[in-house]
Amino acid sequence: MIKINEKIITNCFSFLIYAFLYIPILVVVVYSFNKSQFSMIWEGFSLKWYRELINDHEILTATWHSLLLGFLASTSAVLLGSLAAVCIKRYKFQGRKLLHGLVFTLVVIPDLVMGIALLILFHFLPVPLGFWSLFFAHTTFCLPFVIVTLHARLGQLDKHLFESAKDLGASEFVLFRQIILPLLGPALISSWLLSFTLSIDDVIISYFVAGPSFEILPLKIYAMVRTGVTPEVNAISTIILGFTLLFVVGATLIRRKK
Amino acid sequence: MRASQRFKFISLSITWAWFGIFVLAPIVLIGITSILTQNEISIVSTPLTIQSFYDTLTGGYAPIFLYSLLIAATTTLLCLLIGYPFAFIITRASNRFRPLMLMLLMIPFWVSSLIRAYAMVIMLKAQGLINIALIYLGIIYKPLHLLYTDFAVMSGLLYNLLPFMVLPLYANLAKLDHTLIEAAQDLGATRWQTFKGVILPHSIPGIISGVILVFLPAMTLFYIPEFLGGAKTLLIGNLIQHEFLVIGNWPKGAAASVILMLITLLLLIPYWKSQPKPTRAKS
Amino acid sequence: MHNPIIELKNITKAFGQHIALQELNLAVNNGEFLTILGPSGCGKTTLLRLMGGFEQPDSGHIFIDGYDITNLPPEERLVNTVFQSYALFPHMTIFNNVAFGLKCNGIDKNEIKERVEETLKIVSLEKYSERKPNELSGGQKQRVAIARAIVNRPRVLLLDEPLSALDYKLRKKMQIELKQLQRRLGLTFIFITHDQEEALSMSDRVVIMNDGKILQSGTPRDIYEEPNSLFAAEFIGEANVFDAIVTESTKQNTTLKVQNKTITFPEPKQFKAGEKVHLIVRPEDLRVWTEKEVKNTDDMLPGQVEQVIYKGSTVDLIVRLIDGPLISATEFFDEDDEDLFYENGEKVWIHWLPGWEVILPYEG
Repeated sequence: MIKINEKIITNCFSFLIYAFLYIPILVVVVYSFNKSQFSMIWEGFSLKWYRELINDHEILTATWHSLLLGFLASTSAVLLGSLAAVCIKRYKFQGRKLLHGLVFTLVVIPDLVMGIALLILFHFLPVPLGFWSLFFAHTTFCLPFVIVTLHARLGQLDKHLFESAKDLGASEFVLFRQIILPLLGPALISSWLLSFTLSIDDVIISYFVAGPSFEILPLKIYAMVRTGVTPEVNAISTIILGFTLLFVVGATLIRRKK
Repeated sequence: MRASQRFKFISLSITWAWFGIFVLAPIVLIGITSILTQNEISIVSTPLTIQSFYDTLTGGYAPIFLYSLLIAATTTLLCLLIGYPFAFIITRASNRFRPLMLMLLMIPFWVSSLIRAYAMVIMLKAQGLINIALIYLGIIYKPLHLLYTDFAVMSGLLYNLLPFMVLPLYANLAKLDHTLIEAAQDLGATRWQTFKGVILPHSIPGIISGVILVFLPAMTLFYIPEFLGGAKTLLIGNLIQHEFLVIGNWPKGAAASVILMLITLLLLIPYWKSQPKPTRAKS
Repeated sequence: MHNPIIELKNITKAFGQHIALQELNLAVNNGEFLTILGPSGCGKTTLLRLMGGFEQPDSGHIFIDGYDITNLPPEERLVNTVFQSYALFPHMTIFNNVAFGLKCNGIDKNEIKERVEETLKIVSLEKYSERKPNELSGGQKQRVAIARAIVNRPRVLLLDEPLSALDYKLRKKMQIELKQLQRRLGLTFIFITHDQEEALSMSDRVVIMNDGKILQSGTPRDIYEEPNSLFAAEFIGEANVFDAIVTESTKQNTTLKVQNKTITFPEPKQFKAGEKVHLIVRPEDLRVWTEKEVKNTDDMLPGQVEQVIYKGSTVDLIVRLIDGPLISATEFFDEDDEDLFYENGEKVWIHWLPGWEVILPYEG
């Protein structure tokens, strides 16, 4: 009897937690199709808010900006990150510990502090707040995740692979290009997807380093929620949710395949 | 330079240039800014002063700091109390269900936290799902005032940060050798003794990681108190944001950030101590 | 006197506190199959990595064909390495694996094709050129690793325990194949192993290492029959070690007091009277007689059979000497002496032909 009760309690507990995690998201999704403007009362299925989204020029621009930024920042983060991971893994150099420390700092530093720090940097350099400031910031906060992922993957590879390439006459560049990058393949893709998600979702750092010349989606949503909840936010959240899901599942499948 | 050295030189230069400019410099600059003086024209200027730190730690800032710490600590504790048993349940789930349970936990982890904060607003509004449900069930007759309370802020934080507690705990508990538990029970330990003597000591590093991942964002995710707490609940994150972008007192905002970094560092000390020392493998 | 193809002079290498190699000197002759044999941690892998260019010595120099290559990186050395794990590039076909080194050295495409095909034929893998490494068996991977190295026509081929990942039967087969390949190519092989049987059966010369030093170097036969240290004697094959005291030493003979017997051996090495020494006899050199088989027991040691181990072609006896150590003796079945039946506890006499023993200075 005791065993059965325990099982029931365990299952109920898990169920409640998943309910807690999913109900709010599902409510947003469901009500993005609700005709009603203000209340939570269901007044019928409608794609009205999606139609409105499509016609909202500002949101479309911000979405395009976010996608572009995400694409460019995660690509450059993966490029830089693979160089950095190889440096940390393979080379002995002055200040290796400091570099390690900086990667670790980037992982643990609160986004808020990083946002402010970059804002101060861009003020002093000076870099005008807009696309470039966002690009630098996003690449930077994606970097540690790329480095950690790739560094771990490099650690799993047989180090004799690198040595034997060198032994056969490969220069460091040939080794990087023909051995390391192909072997990192799936890890490169999953760290790119991770970076892209991080970039698309970021609010806090972007909040400090964005400028009016280059509006991005999360900040647009932030402003919309602040000024009052509109069903349009439900619709756009649903779309983002869908894409996130696609990305997470895709990244998981790629990792599983490896 | 030898061809083989050229690549090493270039990649090291690029790596260092980026980390130097976009990581090291900003962190140093935040420290410098915190001891500068506010200036109308150039935002900050000399003379150097520790006035900002003094202002931050006394006066109107101190209670907000303490209040933030309290809210963050409560949230962290709640996450731990709910997340610990849940992580343990996942580790004990059958091989068929475990990947699914983990996947279901991972998905909200990746959903934009802004959207999750917003979803909580929808839930707690006067005409939100909770009120509608409670009225429908006849438990209450008029909507409860849920939004813009401490309760709302903490629900939002809990909702946002729970996966960050469960995942490191799961990673840790999954490594616990189950035969240890059986051995303890075999030796006559009660459940509480097994938990206290075997499971809990093993999971300390996981608890510390989880606490770090929850506590810091709980203080700094400024849009959660903003959406759910309204103007009433101001946390340190909101204050720093306000100081920088509205008032324009950078030194004061920077000083608060430096203090926040010190808190981070303080939290990391037990984390470092709990990490097993890497043993150097002999070749 | 021919010139060595590769020569190491006064090489010292330490990893932190641990000294891996100490003042080491070694010269390898052209066309030689040299095996470096030692227990794990003796520094043999470090030695190979220094020759390959993967590590730099703390002091000393390495020469190939008389040129100092101490500071050259691996990609600029005319040596190639076959790794224990094979280290085949998993994302490339066998052809591309073998062609990799030639491509790196900017060899013309047609020549690459020709040389790769020729080399794959040598290791009889010409049919597998379009496969990926994970589609091959362990022995085939091993041959690809060798092909990938020799296609570059290195001056010296370094092999780091290349057979240790294979099972016993395959290992035996690859030992023969490797030896034949080496003869056919006339290439210098430096082979590393901790397996003494492998070392003895394949090499022209064996170098025994321990604690970062070379203890002995010589033909397999010299090494086995004339070990110059207790370590070499015990590491290679089995050895019975007796403590003995020199009673008399002349130019031709040495007389020892061993187990309360005084026996004279034809040992030209000079010892001082009264000196403590080790007397070493291989198990297969021992003869074991039952009491009724012998009359004159002056040169024999008395003992009692403790255990009889039947091994098919041989019988191993564990004998407890009276007031002495346990020794082991291997008796071969042969037609003259079919009477190889001993009982536990049986009293026996141990004997060997004088001159088959080795006498070494006492090492404590």
